[in-house]
Amino acid sequence: MGARAITVTSGKGGVGKTTLVANLGVALAMQGHRTVVIDADIGLRNLDMMLGLENRIVYDLVDVIEGRCRLRQALVRDKRLSELFLLPAAQTRDKSAVQPDDMMRVCEDLRGQHDFILIDSPAGIEQGFRYAIAPADEILIVTNPEVAAVRDADRVIGLVEAEEKGPPRLIINRLRLDMVQRGEMLDVADVVELLSIDLVGIVPEDKAILVTANRGRPLAFSRDSSLAGRAFHNIARRVRGEDVPFLSLREPGMFERLLRFVRSG
Amino acid sequence: MSPDKIAIKGIRQGLLITLGEGDWSAGLLALEARLGANPAFFRGGRVALDVGARELICSEIDEARALLAHHQVELWAVVSTNPATEAAAQELGLVIDLGLSHPRAPETVTEGGEEPVVEGMVVRRTLRSGQSLRYPGHVVVIGDVNPGAEIVAGGDIVVWGRVRGVVHAGALGNEDAVICALDLAPTQLRIAGHIARSPEERRRKPVPEMASVREGNIVAVPWNGSELRRAG
Repeated sequence: MGARAITVTSGKGGVGKTTLVANLGVALAMQGHRTVVIDADIGLRNLDMMLGLENRIVYDLVDVIEGRCRLRQALVRDKRLSELFLLPAAQTRDKSAVQPDDMMRVCEDLRGQHDFILIDSPAGIEQGFRYAIAPADEILIVTNPEVAAVRDADRVIGLVEAEEKGPPRLIINRLRLDMVQRGEMLDVADVVELLSIDLVGIVPEDKAILVTANRGRPLAFSRDSSLAGRAFHNIARRVRGEDVPFLSLREPGMFERLLRFVRSG
Repeated sequence: MSPDKIAIKGIRQGLLITLGEGDWSAGLLALEARLGANPAFFRGGRVALDVGARELICSEIDEARALLAHHQVELWAVVSTNPATEAAAQELGLVIDLGLSHPRAPETVTEGGEEPVVEGMVVRRTLRSGQSLRYPGHVVVIGDVNPGAEIVAGGDIVVWGRVRGVVHAGALGNEDAVICALDLAPTQLRIAGHIARSPEERRRKPVPEMASVREGNIVAVPWNGSELRRAG
């Protein structure tokens, strides 16, 4: 039946859904999977910018739905990764332009030619969220280790369960190790205990994520340059079904570095 | 059932209120009294109204809807054996067929005179933020009650898991209702008309507790009686 459709959602805004979709899309494409990322945030189009593809958009998702173009015409192929495609959102419309059935149809048409369809859901639990999860085979919930984001994630998990979509999986984004160690931030165990769903990734806070997104070249392009870059690739591998151990996010102390240096010598 | 008798059942989609036979205005008065007696139990809920064989016109049903709305209760369905009443309800955009939703539990609370027969329901999942469970009888949850979730029960509440949300036992006025949980750390605890918060300090190692009303206050006591200690 072709591609697996995966919707990334969170309830709360600003937790890093779009960044995650951009990086996960890049990572999956780099791992050789034909991947299309769909920006479902009609009216607040962002994913194109993070991927550096804004200036290549001719048609968008709403044009496809309303029959002004064919699906293939709206797909923007990434200039660096031949396996990565973007289906952009319309910027001049709003969420009412899309119905759950429309998204199902678009995804059905995409399934044949792709391995993965990643859908970037709008924040909130209204219409935009509804149509974004409609075609999903799997749902990834993104949250930050803070009480408001976790509370909203819990609400969204409840809604997803009510749709009988199967249990969603969790990504904890923007974890700050220094703060966790000082007890100033919820740690991974706290979040997982409350939400009680499977964890599929932990992404540490990293300035480089923002910097690379601003430049339109997501961090995942340079896989081994940072912990966060590796985290995105590991999430991609887990999404593919591989069993990848979680990164040790603890910064090695001076002593450990020295020890490693001595041993490697 | 005489007109001043009202039965409340818990169904999948909320509550089913059955009005006793007789005069419509008497039925409404009885409903009004019932809503006023336990406002906390009904507030924010959804109700289906069983009016029996009465023949009602739109404006009469609308009266009931307004009365419920006044108590912040949403009327979403009217059940009747009378086709004219069904037609009127449909005209008002109300559901007339509860479909699969037929009362899952047998009659739970019966008003009037004798000791009510209270039954219970078991929920085998975690209640998440934004989810609300309202039931006239006892509620047993096998799972957690997360922050932002609420349970409003006419009887006792037993949670085989963590309680972090708002739980209200004895919401129909029963001060003898209790709340038990493996880890009782709710946002708010209510029994009948009493309200309590959890202590600010979070216990490191949670122990099962039971909360009840003692001398006008809600008191939570660890569930580690001598039997347990002897067994250990």
